[in-house]
Amino acid sequence: MTLEVIAPGPFTTIQDLGRPGHAALGVGASGAADPAALRLANRALGNPASSAALEVTLGGLTLHSHIAVYAVVTGAPASIAVNGRTEPPYAPFFIPKGAAITLAAPPTGLRSYLAVRGGIETPPVLGSRSTDTLARLGTPLTPGMILPVGPPPATSLSVDVLPVPPPPAGDLHLRVLPGPRADWFTEDALRTLLSEPYEVTTQIDRVGMRLTGPPLARARTDELPSEGMVTGALQVPPSGTPVLFLADHPLTGGYPVIAVVETPDIGRAAQARPGQRVRFHT
Amino acid sequence: MRILPNGDAALLVELPGLDEMLGLYAALAAAPPPGVVDLVPAARTVTLLLDPGADRAAITTAVRAARGRPSGAASAGTIEIPVVYDGEDLHDVAELTGRTPDDVISAHVTTPWRVAFTGFAPGFGYLIGGDLNVPRRRTPRVRVPAGSVALAGEFTGVYPVDSPGGWQLIGRTNAVLWDLDRDPPALLRPGTQVRFVSA
Repeated sequence: MTLEVIAPGPFTTIQDLGRPGHAALGVGASGAADPAALRLANRALGNPASSAALEVTLGGLTLHSHIAVYAVVTGAPASIAVNGRTEPPYAPFFIPKGAAITLAAPPTGLRSYLAVRGGIETPPVLGSRSTDTLARLGTPLTPGMILPVGPPPATSLSVDVLPVPPPPAGDLHLRVLPGPRADWFTEDALRTLLSEPYEVTTQIDRVGMRLTGPPLARARTDELPSEGMVTGALQVPPSGTPVLFLADHPLTGGYPVIAVVETPDIGRAAQARPGQRVRFHT
Repeated sequence: MRILPNGDAALLVELPGLDEMLGLYAALAAAPPPGVVDLVPAARTVTLLLDPGADRAAITTAVRAARGRPSGAASAGTIEIPVVYDGEDLHDVAELTGRTPDDVISAHVTTPWRVAFTGFAPGFGYLIGGDLNVPRRRTPRVRVPAGSVALAGEFTGVYPVDSPGGWQLIGRTNAVLWDLDRDPPALLRPGTQVRFVSA
Protein backbone atom coordinates (compact mmCIF):
# COMPACT_ATOMS: atom_id res chain seq x y z
CA MET A 1 0.00 0.00 0.00
CA THR A 2 2.67 2.50 -1.02
CA LEU A 3 3.76 4.94 -3.65
CA GLU A 4 7.46 5.32 -4.39
CA VAL A 5 9.00 8.64 -5.36
CA ILE A 6 11.11 8.29 -8.51
CA ALA A 7 11.60 12.05 -9.10
CA PRO A 8 10.08 14.79 -6.91
CA GLY A 9 10.14 17.56 -9.55
CA PRO A 10 11.19 21.09 -8.54
CA PHE A 11 9.43 20.99 -5.16
CA THR A 12 6.82 18.60 -3.81
CA THR A 13 5.56 18.30 -0.23
CA ILE A 14 2.91 16.33 1.62
CA GLN A 15 0.06 18.60 2.74
CA ASP A 16 -3.23 18.29 4.58
CA LEU A 17 -5.27 21.04 6.22
CA GLY A 18 -2.44 21.81 8.64
CA ARG A 19 -1.99 21.90 12.41
CA PRO A 20 -3.79 24.92 13.88
CA GLY A 21 -3.63 25.37 17.66
CA HIS A 22 0.12 25.13 18.35
CA ALA A 23 1.11 28.78 18.58
CA ALA A 24 2.15 28.23 22.22
CA LEU A 25 4.87 25.91 20.89
CA GLY A 26 5.92 28.45 18.29
CA VAL A 27 4.42 26.39 15.47
CA GLY A 28 2.02 27.80 12.86
CA ALA A 29 -0.85 26.08 11.07
CA SER A 30 0.89 25.41 7.72
CA GLY A 31 -1.19 23.08 5.47
CA ALA A 32 -2.00 23.21 1.76
CA ALA A 33 -1.17 26.58 0.19
CA ASP A 34 -4.40 26.28 -1.84
CA PRO A 35 -6.71 24.61 0.69
CA ALA A 36 -9.76 24.78 -1.61
CA ALA A 37 -7.94 22.70 -4.24
CA LEU A 38 -6.97 20.07 -1.65
CA ARG A 39 -10.53 19.89 -0.28
CA LEU A 40 -11.87 19.46 -3.80
CA ALA A 41 -9.45 16.60 -4.50
CA ASN A 42 -10.41 14.78 -1.31
CA ARG A 43 -14.12 15.30 -1.96
CA ALA A 44 -13.79 13.87 -5.47
CA LEU A 45 -12.15 10.72 -4.10
CA GLY A 46 -14.53 10.26 -1.16
CA ASN A 47 -11.67 10.96 1.28
CA PRO A 48 -12.17 12.79 4.57
CA ALA A 49 -11.38 16.52 4.18
CA SER A 50 -8.35 16.07 6.44
CA SER A 51 -6.62 13.49 4.18
CA ALA A 52 -3.10 14.33 3.03
CA ALA A 53 -2.09 14.69 -0.61
CA LEU A 54 0.94 15.84 -2.59
CA GLU A 55 1.40 19.54 -3.28
CA VAL A 56 3.41 19.57 -6.51
CA THR A 57 5.04 22.84 -7.56
CA LEU A 58 5.26 23.17 -11.35
CA GLY A 59 4.89 19.46 -12.11
CA GLY A 60 7.84 17.19 -12.73
CA LEU A 61 6.79 14.56 -10.17
CA THR A 62 7.23 10.88 -11.11
CA LEU A 63 5.92 8.10 -8.88
CA HIS A 64 5.90 4.33 -9.09
CA SER A 65 2.70 2.89 -7.68
CA HIS A 66 2.91 -0.33 -5.69
CA ILE A 67 -0.90 -0.40 -5.45
CA ALA A 68 -3.95 -0.07 -7.64
CA VAL A 69 -5.62 3.15 -6.59
CA TYR A 70 -7.87 5.99 -7.77
CA ALA A 71 -6.34 9.46 -7.89
CA VAL A 72 -7.14 13.01 -8.99
CA VAL A 73 -5.25 16.23 -9.75
CA THR A 74 -6.67 19.62 -8.73
CA GLY A 75 -5.23 23.13 -8.37
CA ALA A 76 -2.78 24.00 -11.15
CA PRO A 77 -4.16 21.84 -14.02
CA ALA A 78 -1.26 19.48 -14.69
CA SER A 79 -2.01 16.55 -16.97
CA ILE A 80 -0.89 13.13 -15.79
CA ALA A 81 0.80 10.36 -17.73
CA VAL A 82 -0.17 6.92 -16.39
CA ASN A 83 2.03 4.32 -18.06
CA GLY A 84 2.27 6.77 -20.97
CA ARG A 85 -1.51 7.31 -21.29
CA THR A 86 -2.50 10.94 -20.59
CA GLU A 87 -5.23 11.70 -18.06
CA PRO A 88 -6.69 15.19 -17.70
CA PRO A 89 -6.72 17.07 -14.39
CA TYR A 90 -9.96 17.67 -12.44
CA ALA A 91 -11.31 14.14 -13.06
CA PRO A 92 -10.61 11.01 -10.97
CA PHE A 93 -8.55 8.38 -12.81
CA PHE A 94 -7.31 4.88 -12.09
CA ILE A 95 -3.67 3.97 -11.43
CA PRO A 96 -2.99 0.25 -11.98
CA LYS A 97 -0.57 -1.56 -9.67
CA GLY A 98 3.00 -1.15 -10.90
CA ALA A 99 2.23 1.93 -12.97
CA ALA A 100 4.59 4.85 -13.47
CA ILE A 101 2.82 8.22 -13.18
CA THR A 102 4.26 11.58 -14.14
CA LEU A 103 2.81 15.06 -13.69
CA ALA A 104 3.45 17.51 -16.53
CA ALA A 105 4.10 21.18 -15.83
CA PRO A 106 0.71 22.94 -15.56
CA PRO A 107 -0.16 25.61 -18.18
CA THR A 108 -1.38 28.00 -15.46
CA GLY A 109 -1.08 28.16 -11.71
CA LEU A 110 1.80 27.01 -9.54
CA ARG A 111 0.68 24.20 -7.26
CA SER A 112 -1.09 21.00 -8.30
CA TYR A 113 -2.59 18.61 -5.76
CA LEU A 114 -2.23 14.91 -6.51
CA ALA A 115 -4.52 13.04 -4.12
CA VAL A 116 -5.06 9.30 -3.92
CA ARG A 117 -8.08 7.47 -2.51
CA GLY A 118 -7.21 6.61 1.09
CA GLY A 119 -4.84 9.56 1.43
CA ILE A 120 -1.10 9.68 2.06
CA GLU A 121 -0.58 8.24 5.55
CA THR A 122 2.89 9.24 6.70
CA PRO A 123 3.13 9.53 10.51
CA PRO A 124 1.55 12.83 11.59
CA VAL A 125 3.60 15.40 13.53
CA LEU A 126 1.59 17.48 16.03
CA GLY A 127 -1.62 16.19 14.48
CA SER A 128 -0.79 16.90 10.84
CA ARG A 129 1.17 15.39 7.95
CA SER A 130 1.89 18.81 6.45
CA THR A 131 5.44 19.87 5.74
CA ASP A 132 6.02 23.26 7.36
CA THR A 133 9.06 24.69 5.58
CA LEU A 134 9.52 27.50 8.12
CA ALA A 135 9.17 25.39 11.28
CA ARG A 136 11.07 22.55 9.57
CA LEU A 137 8.43 19.93 10.29
CA GLY A 138 8.40 17.21 7.66
CA THR A 139 10.64 17.18 4.59
CA PRO A 140 10.02 17.79 0.90
CA LEU A 141 9.87 14.65 -1.26
CA THR A 142 13.18 13.13 -2.33
CA PRO A 143 13.89 10.29 -4.78
CA GLY A 144 13.32 6.86 -3.24
CA MET A 145 10.92 8.06 -0.55
CA ILE A 146 8.13 5.57 0.20
CA LEU A 147 4.70 7.07 0.78
CA PRO A 148 2.19 4.87 2.64
CA VAL A 149 -1.41 5.05 1.36
CA GLY A 150 -4.36 4.57 3.71
CA PRO A 151 -7.22 2.10 3.19
CA PRO A 152 -9.97 3.32 0.85
CA PRO A 153 -12.75 5.20 2.67
CA ALA A 154 -16.33 3.86 2.89
CA THR A 155 -17.61 6.87 0.97
CA SER A 156 -17.86 6.22 -2.73
CA LEU A 157 -15.82 7.84 -5.46
CA SER A 158 -17.24 10.72 -7.45
CA VAL A 159 -16.66 9.92 -11.11
CA ASP A 160 -17.69 13.33 -12.37
CA VAL A 161 -15.43 15.89 -13.93
CA LEU A 162 -14.95 18.63 -11.34
CA PRO A 163 -16.60 21.84 -12.55
CA VAL A 164 -14.02 24.36 -11.40
CA PRO A 165 -12.15 27.04 -13.32
CA PRO A 166 -8.36 26.55 -13.43
CA PRO A 167 -6.13 29.33 -12.01
CA PRO A 168 -6.16 32.24 -14.49
CA ALA A 169 -3.16 33.14 -16.64
CA GLY A 170 -3.93 36.88 -16.71
CA ASP A 171 -4.40 39.45 -13.97
CA LEU A 172 -5.35 38.01 -10.61
CA HIS A 173 -8.11 39.81 -8.69
CA LEU A 174 -7.97 39.38 -4.93
CA ARG A 175 -10.35 40.79 -2.34
CA VAL A 176 -8.75 42.33 0.75
CA LEU A 177 -9.86 43.79 4.05
CA PRO A 178 -7.85 46.89 5.03
CA GLY A 179 -6.01 46.74 8.36
CA PRO A 180 -5.06 45.92 10.99
CA ARG A 181 -2.32 48.56 10.52
CA ALA A 182 -3.66 50.57 7.57
CA ASP A 183 -3.39 53.65 9.82
CA TRP A 184 0.40 53.25 9.88
CA PHE A 185 0.38 54.24 6.20
CA THR A 186 -0.54 57.43 4.36
CA GLU A 187 -4.08 57.59 2.94
CA ASP A 188 -2.49 57.53 -0.49
CA ALA A 189 -0.86 54.19 0.29
CA LEU A 190 -4.16 52.31 0.71
CA ARG A 191 -5.57 54.04 -2.39
CA THR A 192 -2.46 52.98 -4.32
CA LEU A 193 -2.74 49.37 -3.13
CA LEU A 194 -6.39 49.26 -4.24
CA SER A 195 -5.89 50.89 -7.64
CA GLU A 196 -2.43 50.01 -8.98
CA PRO A 197 -1.35 46.58 -10.20
CA TYR A 198 1.39 44.69 -8.33
CA GLU A 199 3.58 42.11 -9.96
CA VAL A 200 4.59 38.78 -8.46
CA THR A 201 8.39 38.48 -8.24
CA THR A 202 10.42 35.28 -8.41
CA GLN A 203 10.67 35.32 -4.62
CA ILE A 204 7.87 32.86 -3.96
CA ASP A 205 7.78 29.97 -1.55
CA ARG A 206 5.32 28.48 0.91
CA VAL A 207 6.11 31.26 3.41
CA GLY A 208 4.97 34.03 1.11
CA MET A 209 5.44 35.92 -2.10
CA ARG A 210 7.19 39.23 -2.60
CA LEU A 211 5.38 41.70 -4.84
CA THR A 212 6.74 44.65 -6.76
CA GLY A 213 4.87 47.84 -7.62
CA PRO A 214 4.37 51.38 -6.36
CA PRO A 215 5.82 51.63 -2.83
CA LEU A 216 3.37 52.11 0.02
CA ALA A 217 4.44 55.11 2.12
CA ARG A 218 4.32 54.95 5.89
CA ALA A 219 2.65 57.67 7.95
CA ARG A 220 4.39 56.39 11.09
CA THR A 221 8.06 55.50 11.07
CA ASP A 222 8.42 54.15 14.63
CA GLU A 223 9.05 50.46 15.14
CA LEU A 224 6.04 48.17 15.47
CA PRO A 225 6.45 45.65 18.29
CA SER A 226 6.18 42.14 16.77
CA GLU A 227 2.59 40.96 16.57
CA GLY A 228 0.64 37.96 15.30
CA MET A 229 0.58 37.44 11.52
CA VAL A 230 -2.12 35.67 9.51
CA THR A 231 -2.25 33.87 6.15
CA GLY A 232 -3.09 36.44 3.49
CA ALA A 233 -1.48 39.35 5.36
CA LEU A 234 0.11 42.02 3.14
CA GLN A 235 3.07 42.94 5.30
CA VAL A 236 5.04 45.99 4.25
CA PRO A 237 8.79 46.01 5.02
CA PRO A 238 10.85 49.24 4.85
CA SER A 239 11.21 48.87 1.04
CA GLY A 240 7.50 49.77 0.81
CA THR A 241 6.50 46.86 -1.44
CA PRO A 242 4.33 44.22 0.18
CA VAL A 243 4.93 40.56 0.96
CA LEU A 244 1.82 38.36 0.83
CA PHE A 245 2.00 35.70 3.53
CA LEU A 246 1.04 32.13 2.63
CA ALA A 247 0.61 28.88 4.62
CA ASP A 248 4.08 28.68 6.26
CA HIS A 249 4.22 32.36 7.30
CA PRO A 250 5.95 33.27 10.58
CA LEU A 251 3.64 33.40 13.62
CA THR A 252 4.71 36.94 14.42
CA GLY A 253 6.25 39.80 12.49
CA GLY A 254 7.49 43.31 13.15
CA TYR A 255 6.36 45.15 10.00
CA PRO A 256 2.87 46.64 9.70
CA VAL A 257 0.14 44.84 7.74
CA ILE A 258 -1.80 47.23 5.49
CA ALA A 259 -4.49 44.76 4.42
CA VAL A 260 -5.33 41.04 4.48
CA VAL A 261 -6.51 38.90 1.55
CA GLU A 262 -9.92 37.37 2.28
CA THR A 263 -9.84 33.67 3.15
CA PRO A 264 -11.75 32.42 0.06
CA ASP A 265 -9.15 34.13 -2.20
CA ILE A 266 -5.98 32.85 -0.49
CA GLY A 267 -5.80 29.68 -2.60
CA ARG A 268 -5.93 31.72 -5.80
CA ALA A 269 -3.18 33.99 -4.44
CA ALA A 270 -1.04 30.89 -3.78
CA GLN A 271 -1.42 29.90 -7.45
CA ALA A 272 0.14 33.15 -8.76
CA ARG A 273 3.24 32.82 -10.89
CA PRO A 274 6.26 35.12 -11.14
CA GLY A 275 5.46 37.96 -13.54
CA GLN A 276 1.70 37.66 -13.05
CA ARG A 277 -0.11 40.86 -12.08
CA VAL A 278 -2.27 41.11 -8.98
CA ARG A 279 -5.04 43.63 -8.41
CA PHE A 280 -6.42 44.16 -4.93
CA HIS A 281 -10.03 45.14 -4.29
CA THR A 282 -12.11 45.74 -1.20
CA MET B 1 -7.55 47.97 24.84
CA ARG B 2 -8.37 48.09 21.12
CA ILE B 3 -9.77 45.17 19.12
CA LEU B 4 -8.82 45.43 15.45
CA PRO B 5 -10.03 43.20 12.63
CA ASN B 6 -7.12 41.24 11.12
CA GLY B 7 -8.60 39.97 7.88
CA ASP B 8 -11.75 37.84 7.99
CA ALA B 9 -10.33 35.08 10.20
CA ALA B 10 -8.55 36.85 13.06
CA LEU B 11 -8.81 39.64 15.61
CA LEU B 12 -5.84 41.66 16.86
CA VAL B 13 -6.25 42.75 20.47
CA GLU B 14 -3.96 45.63 21.38
CA LEU B 15 -3.06 46.17 25.02
CA PRO B 16 -1.15 48.88 26.88
CA GLY B 17 1.81 46.64 27.70
CA LEU B 18 3.28 43.23 28.37
CA ASP B 19 1.60 42.71 31.77
CA GLU B 20 -1.86 43.38 30.37
CA MET B 21 -1.07 41.11 27.42
CA LEU B 22 -0.02 38.28 29.76
CA GLY B 23 -3.18 38.74 31.83
CA LEU B 24 -5.50 38.59 28.83
CA TYR B 25 -3.58 35.70 27.26
CA ALA B 26 -3.81 33.65 30.47
CA ALA B 27 -7.54 34.35 30.79
CA LEU B 28 -8.29 33.46 27.14
CA ALA B 29 -6.01 30.39 27.15
CA ALA B 30 -7.77 29.07 30.28
CA ALA B 31 -11.21 29.45 28.67
CA PRO B 32 -11.04 30.11 24.91
CA PRO B 33 -14.28 31.60 23.57
CA PRO B 34 -16.07 29.27 21.10
CA GLY B 35 -14.75 29.74 17.56
CA VAL B 36 -11.21 30.68 18.65
CA VAL B 37 -8.78 28.20 17.05
CA ASP B 38 -5.54 29.56 18.48
CA LEU B 39 -4.02 32.48 20.37
CA VAL B 40 -0.80 34.19 19.29
CA PRO B 41 0.64 36.27 22.13
CA ALA B 42 3.21 38.95 21.31
CA ALA B 43 4.80 41.95 23.02
CA ARG B 44 1.67 44.13 23.28
CA THR B 45 -0.97 42.15 21.46
CA VAL B 46 -2.89 38.90 21.44
CA THR B 47 -4.02 37.67 18.02
CA LEU B 48 -7.09 35.44 18.04
CA LEU B 49 -7.24 33.04 15.08
CA LEU B 50 -10.87 32.21 14.32
CA ASP B 51 -12.94 29.45 12.72
CA PRO B 52 -14.62 30.54 9.49
CA GLY B 53 -18.04 30.55 11.13
CA ALA B 54 -16.95 32.19 14.41
CA ASP B 55 -19.29 34.74 16.01
CA ARG B 56 -17.01 37.78 16.07
CA ALA B 57 -19.40 39.91 18.11
CA ALA B 58 -19.65 37.24 20.84
CA ILE B 59 -15.86 36.78 20.82
CA THR B 60 -15.31 40.54 21.13
CA THR B 61 -17.66 40.59 24.13
CA ALA B 62 -15.81 37.62 25.67
CA VAL B 63 -12.43 39.36 25.19
CA ARG B 64 -13.71 42.52 26.92
CA ALA B 65 -15.06 40.43 29.80
CA ALA B 66 -11.80 38.43 30.10
CA ARG B 67 -9.84 41.69 30.17
CA GLY B 68 -11.76 42.75 33.29
CA ARG B 69 -11.07 39.52 35.13
CA PRO B 70 -8.00 39.16 37.35
CA SER B 71 -5.68 36.86 35.43
CA GLY B 72 -4.01 34.81 38.15
CA ALA B 73 -1.44 34.25 35.36
CA ALA B 74 -1.05 30.49 35.63
CA SER B 75 2.52 29.26 35.88
CA ALA B 76 3.60 26.51 33.52
CA GLY B 77 6.22 25.24 36.00
CA THR B 78 9.82 26.19 36.76
CA ILE B 79 12.85 24.82 34.95
CA GLU B 80 16.60 25.28 35.32
CA ILE B 81 18.78 25.79 32.27
CA PRO B 82 22.55 25.25 32.70
CA VAL B 83 24.62 27.77 30.74
CA VAL B 84 28.28 28.09 29.87
CA TYR B 85 28.70 31.87 29.71
CA ASP B 86 31.26 32.22 26.94
CA GLY B 87 29.14 33.89 24.25
CA GLU B 88 30.83 35.88 21.48
CA ASP B 89 28.90 39.04 22.41
CA LEU B 90 29.35 38.87 26.19
CA HIS B 91 31.90 41.72 26.16
CA ASP B 92 29.73 43.85 23.85
CA VAL B 93 26.77 43.31 26.18
CA ALA B 94 28.94 44.31 29.15
CA GLU B 95 29.95 47.50 27.35
CA LEU B 96 26.40 48.28 26.22
CA THR B 97 25.04 47.89 29.77
CA GLY B 98 27.97 49.55 31.55
CA ARG B 99 28.82 46.42 33.56
CA THR B 100 31.61 43.90 33.76
CA PRO B 101 31.07 40.54 32.01
CA ASP B 102 30.81 38.91 35.46
CA ASP B 103 28.06 41.36 36.41
CA VAL B 104 26.18 40.51 33.22
CA ILE B 105 26.39 36.80 34.09
CA SER B 106 25.37 37.46 37.66
CA ALA B 107 22.34 39.49 36.50
CA HIS B 108 21.36 36.71 34.09
CA VAL B 109 21.53 33.91 36.70
CA THR B 110 19.84 35.82 39.52
CA THR B 111 16.87 37.01 37.44
CA PRO B 112 13.67 34.97 37.83
CA TRP B 113 12.83 34.82 34.11
CA ARG B 114 9.44 33.95 32.71
CA VAL B 115 8.34 33.05 29.18
CA ALA B 116 6.12 35.89 27.98
CA PHE B 117 5.39 34.53 24.52
CA THR B 118 6.77 32.26 21.82
CA GLY B 119 7.36 32.56 18.11
CA PHE B 120 10.26 33.10 15.67
CA ALA B 121 10.94 29.35 15.63
CA PRO B 122 9.40 26.23 17.20
CA GLY B 123 10.39 26.16 20.85
CA PHE B 124 11.73 29.72 20.96
CA GLY B 125 10.47 31.63 24.02
CA TYR B 126 10.79 35.35 24.73
CA LEU B 127 11.76 35.52 28.43
CA ILE B 128 11.09 38.61 30.54
CA GLY B 129 11.92 39.80 34.01
CA GLY B 130 15.50 41.06 33.65
CA ASP B 131 17.02 44.51 33.35
CA LEU B 132 19.69 43.76 30.73
CA ASN B 133 18.37 45.89 27.90
CA VAL B 134 20.50 45.69 24.74
CA PRO B 135 19.81 46.34 21.04
CA ARG B 136 19.97 43.60 18.44
CA ARG B 137 23.23 43.27 16.55
CA ARG B 138 23.39 45.65 13.61
CA THR B 139 24.23 42.76 11.28
CA PRO B 140 22.45 39.50 12.08
CA ARG B 141 24.46 36.29 12.03
CA VAL B 142 23.70 33.90 9.18
CA ARG B 143 23.92 30.96 11.57
CA VAL B 144 23.45 30.92 15.30
CA PRO B 145 24.05 27.44 16.77
CA ALA B 146 21.25 25.64 18.62
CA GLY B 147 21.52 26.16 22.39
CA SER B 148 22.89 29.70 22.11
CA VAL B 149 21.69 31.86 25.00
CA ALA B 150 21.10 35.42 23.85
CA LEU B 151 19.73 38.86 24.69
CA ALA B 152 17.79 41.45 22.68
CA GLY B 153 15.70 44.35 23.91
CA GLU B 154 14.29 43.46 27.31
CA PHE B 155 14.23 39.74 26.40
CA THR B 156 16.48 36.76 26.81
CA GLY B 157 16.05 33.56 24.80
CA VAL B 158 17.65 30.30 23.74
CA TYR B 159 17.92 29.30 20.06
CA PRO B 160 16.16 25.89 19.76
CA VAL B 161 17.73 24.99 16.39
CA ASP B 162 20.53 26.36 14.22
CA SER B 163 19.10 29.44 12.54
CA PRO B 164 19.96 32.96 11.41
CA GLY B 165 19.68 35.47 14.25
CA GLY B 166 20.44 39.00 15.39
CA TRP B 167 20.43 38.59 19.17
CA GLN B 168 23.53 39.18 21.31
CA LEU B 169 25.06 35.84 22.29
CA ILE B 170 26.17 35.52 25.91
CA GLY B 171 26.43 31.76 26.38
CA ARG B 172 25.33 28.28 25.40
CA THR B 173 23.36 25.42 26.94
CA ASN B 174 23.02 21.73 26.18
CA ALA B 175 19.37 21.82 27.26
CA VAL B 176 17.15 20.56 24.44
CA LEU B 177 14.62 23.29 23.71
CA TRP B 178 12.74 21.47 20.95
CA ASP B 179 12.24 17.71 20.69
CA LEU B 180 9.42 16.25 18.63
CA ASP B 181 9.70 12.97 20.53
CA ARG B 182 8.82 14.77 23.76
CA ASP B 183 5.30 15.78 24.79
CA PRO B 184 5.08 18.73 24.63
CA PRO B 185 8.03 19.19 22.24
CA ALA B 186 8.79 22.72 23.49
CA LEU B 187 10.67 23.07 26.80
CA LEU B 188 9.53 26.70 27.09
CA ARG B 189 5.87 27.65 26.87
CA PRO B 190 4.10 30.90 27.76
CA GLY B 191 4.17 31.19 31.55
CA THR B 192 7.14 28.83 32.14
CA GLN B 193 9.48 30.19 34.87
CA VAL B 194 13.16 29.85 34.08
CA ARG B 195 16.33 30.00 36.18
CA PHE B 196 19.65 30.06 34.33
CA VAL B 197 22.48 28.33 36.21
CA SER B 198 26.16 28.92 35.46
CA ALA B 199 27.55 25.52 34.44
